[in-house]
Amino acid sequence: MSTGFYEVNGKQVPHDEEGYITNLSDWSKELAEVIAKQEGIDMTDEHWEVVNFLREYYDEYQIAPAIRVLVKAIKKKFGPEKGNNKYLYELFPYGPAKQACKIAGLPKPTGCV
Amino acid sequence: MSDVKKFLYVNRKAPHGTIYALESLEVVLIGAAFEQDVALAFLDDGVYQLVKGWDTSELGVKNFQPAYTALGDYDIQKVYVERESLEERGLSEDDLIEMTYEDEDDDWAEKSSIRIVSREEMAQIMRDSDVILSF
Repeated sequence: MSTGFYEVNGKQVPHDEEGYITNLSDWSKELAEVIAKQEGIDMTDEHWEVVNFLREYYDEYQIAPAIRVLVKAIKKKFGPEKGNNKYLYELFPYGPAKQACKIAGLPKPTGCV
Repeated sequence: MSDVKKFLYVNRKAPHGTIYALESLEVVLIGAAFEQDVALAFLDDGVYQLVKGWDTSELGVKNFQPAYTALGDYDIQKVYVERESLEERGLSEDDLIEMTYEDEDDDWAEKSSIRIVSREEMAQIMRDSDVILSF
């Protein structure tokens, strides 16, 4: 259900009451920047690394991973200096799974209440 | 954790036509956060949930089969499939998707989570479980 819109290049992209976009195909890099700004995040290469990783994960498994699973998967791919809660919470202070999924245009992770 | 219970999620219905398969999967994903001892059982038409090559394009639902292959990431290492249910439907283990987990005690070796068990063994697995959730 859409309860509002993001404005991207003069286009309106609907989102739900928590800010997750309603149609996953509406996502674009420009939209990600808009959502991030609303979340108070300046997107750096490190943020993009996580966001792109989430999109790849979703593409393969059709689910947004829970935080524990995300940490483990990041650790496997990028090493322990990035695959830990501290690093990911510094990038996404309101919860890496929740916030990064929103920016990545994915549904809220299952089990994230 | 001091109070780990053995959870068994029993899946007996075909993947489509009802919401049971998807709901079960969601509950499993949510439940995995609580670090209990979780196992899945597939029997009766439930075995169709694991048969390779779903095509949901005409059904108007998302193909959520890839999510089963992510269960290893959620530390689910025991997926019991009943042999008789497979045989009664002309199926064998070769018809099933691959489900794997990484064994922490064996240098993270990738191992299959799927265990084909007889009806009798399945009954014993159910008896040995503390909590059974049936879908």
